[in-house]
Amino acid sequence: MRTDALVAMLATGGGAVEPNAADRRCATGIGWGALGAALLMAVLLDVRHDLAAAVLLPMFWVKIAFVACLAAGSLLAVLRLSRPGLQLAWVPGVLSAPVLAIWLLAAIVLARADPAQRAGLFFGDTWNSCPFLVAMLSAPVLVAVVWAMKGLAPTRLWLAGAAAGLLSGAVGALVYSVHCPETAAPFIGFWYLLGMLIPTAVGALLGPRLLRW
Amino acid sequence: MQRMEETGRVNASEERLRQLLMRGLAGDAPAYHAFLQDLSAHLRAFLRKRLARLPDEVEDLVQESLLAIHNQRHTYDAGQPLTAWVHAIAKYKLVDLLRRRARRDLLTDPLDDEFDFASSADTEAAEARRDLGKLLDQLPDRQRLPIVHMKLEGLSVADAARVTGMSESAVKVGVHRGLKALAAIVRVRGDA
Repeated sequence: MRTDALVAMLATGGGAVEPNAADRRCATGIGWGALGAALLMAVLLDVRHDLAAAVLLPMFWVKIAFVACLAAGSLLAVLRLSRPGLQLAWVPGVLSAPVLAIWLLAAIVLARADPAQRAGLFFGDTWNSCPFLVAMLSAPVLVAVVWAMKGLAPTRLWLAGAAAGLLSGAVGALVYSVHCPETAAPFIGFWYLLGMLIPTAVGALLGPRLLRW
Repeated sequence: MQRMEETGRVNASEERLRQLLMRGLAGDAPAYHAFLQDLSAHLRAFLRKRLARLPDEVEDLVQESLLAIHNQRHTYDAGQPLTAWVHAIAKYKLVDLLRRRARRDLLTDPLDDEFDFASSADTEAAEARRDLGKLLDQLPDRQRLPIVHMKLEGLSVADAARVTGMSESAVKVGVHRGLKALAAIVRVRGDA
């Protein structure tokens, strides 16, 4: 086959490409994934009963802000890693800021607390289920984000998979936080983060297999 | 001074190429054709430098990259340097090829070592070893017919729909999926 012939074939009847097609595909994927996570939570977990009272507490919003910042940072990473030739640049900084902030807050809370209460602040009542429930809720989001990325062109596959995993973990954690009764910074800074890192690791492992093109 | 002139020339040609692509993405077919034409020369130079030991693979990879760039053209960010985007795609396809070859060479003795030197082609090898007709034959009719009528014979969507008896949206989807499938076939054939 002559390259000229291929070029002529590709150029013929190509038509216009919708601008923002890439971003829209990601938005669609995240929308469906979040819907899946919300349905999963409604069926299996239920919203916490004292949600109306919880939304008045500042720590509830600190938790939401922590997870939302990670979701936004990993979304930036997903969008950049889905386009060939774009570098991550300042995205790792955006991702580490909320983690450092919650760790700082956790250190202050632990330092001020009575030594007898420190274990309670760290383990809460649900440490042994929280990471797994976050990971479970992230599963539909991961499927949807990987679908979205497959329609784009990631070139660093394990990194792209990890970013997809972190994004799905953060969306899963966001959904989970309306069920979860915990609000202590040490708990959130460790167990929530662990829950989000499970899909991140899964994404990094599956990326090279699933995202090839 | 000479380097500055050279950078200026590279920037000018990159800007020209970028303008062609942007017009192509907006639906200007002649501009898109000119873009792909210029791009193939650029890709050939880029890949020949990096595949000095495998000159026979260069044109195959040029075509594979062109197909990939066409299929992924919606991932170009208008604010990003065009060469960064093009080179990232070409490099991805290059690494993919080398990885597949390495895996294959582990399984079979590389008998063609001596031919690597004999066949080094300095002339413009604008013909790849694969045959478009045979590749198209591997596609199902719902993808092959839209490509044949729209992309090879140059019919409009409406005419291609009438000739094939498919709906216009089915024709568009067939072309889109067919070119994706073609890219996948081209990639896997390298394994054989």
